[in-house]
Amino acid sequence: MSTHATDTLNAPPAQGFYLTSEHHPENGTMLGFWIYLMSDCLVFAVLFAMYAVLGRNYAAGPGPRALFELPTVLLNTSMLLLSSITYGFAMLEMARNRTGATLAWLAITGCFGAAFVGLELTEFAHFIHEGAGPQRSAFLSSFFTLVGTHGLHVTFGIIWLVTLMVQVTKHGLIPENRRRLSCLSLFWHFLDVVWIGVFTFVYLMGMLR
Amino acid sequence: MSIASGTPHSEAGSGHDAGHEAELDPRHVHGHDAGHGSGAAHGTLKGYVIGFLLSVVLTAIPFWLVMARPLQDSQATMLIILVFAIVQIIVHMIYFLHLNTSSEGGWNMLALIFTMVLVVIALSGSMWVMYHMNTNMMPMSPQDMRNMP
Repeated sequence: MSTHATDTLNAPPAQGFYLTSEHHPENGTMLGFWIYLMSDCLVFAVLFAMYAVLGRNYAAGPGPRALFELPTVLLNTSMLLLSSITYGFAMLEMARNRTGATLAWLAITGCFGAAFVGLELTEFAHFIHEGAGPQRSAFLSSFFTLVGTHGLHVTFGIIWLVTLMVQVTKHGLIPENRRRLSCLSLFWHFLDVVWIGVFTFVYLMGMLR
Repeated sequence: MSIASGTPHSEAGSGHDAGHEAELDPRHVHGHDAGHGSGAAHGTLKGYVIGFLLSVVLTAIPFWLVMARPLQDSQATMLIILVFAIVQIIVHMIYFLHLNTSSEGGWNMLALIFTMVLVVIALSGSMWVMYHMNTNMMPMSPQDMRNMP
């Protein structure tokens, strides 16, 4: 019996367990927010399905090949990808309790996000100027709805990010702000995941038609 | 005896068990003071950099495939970029969203699987049904009209 107890005490996994495993949920916020993201995922799935069904009905209007400019989309994609990793850096600084560095990385993330939305709005304005607005064809209606919904999410993400920067400046990295920043982290990375679907399914596959 | 009784589940136990035991264990002091997020895992610098580099590669290759068109077959190109997108989504889930089977006692993964099932049903179902609607609804030429049942 005593040898058994000694073995257990000496076993490294028992020590390492609490360090390597996930933290247990302290409240339901993170799980609840994840469930919200999953419902958002369903919203995007329906919009993708709508685009898949209507995306080839051009009504004699311009198609994807005539409209899309892949270099712009590539730039857009890199903006969002860079904002994802800078948000990750902000979370790492938050874990190290460094308020100033967290705020700096959040500001950089916000700039990349704003650049993304700006490029997208420029693209939309260009389309509308060419007479390829959402009213032109079913393809363009579904395109503007899908890509616009994603852009709207990013816009709200930026508003949320600025709000949290004000909160962190005022109150510091208190537990409530850490929880909020964790939620926004999930939201931000989730939007990047949705964008993978958008650039693959809408832009790249559109150019292959 | 009490020490031994706590250990068997901890190593190989499922996420749900692990989370539950941690709650009961007095050694696991939880507080917000030591850089402790609220239940969400925070990654490491290495993890974020690996995820970022993988994403750059997984984004660059599909764009290159479509912009330079090294493959003439567009069907094959489509299939390849679809595979790249799925791999990149998985990379993001692991390295950026820190998803694993034990986060939130496994409920995150369960919710994700459930959502993915719904997404696949909605997407494939819509495309399947609407494709057949399109082919069955409208005779496109007099020839088609004559062959109508």
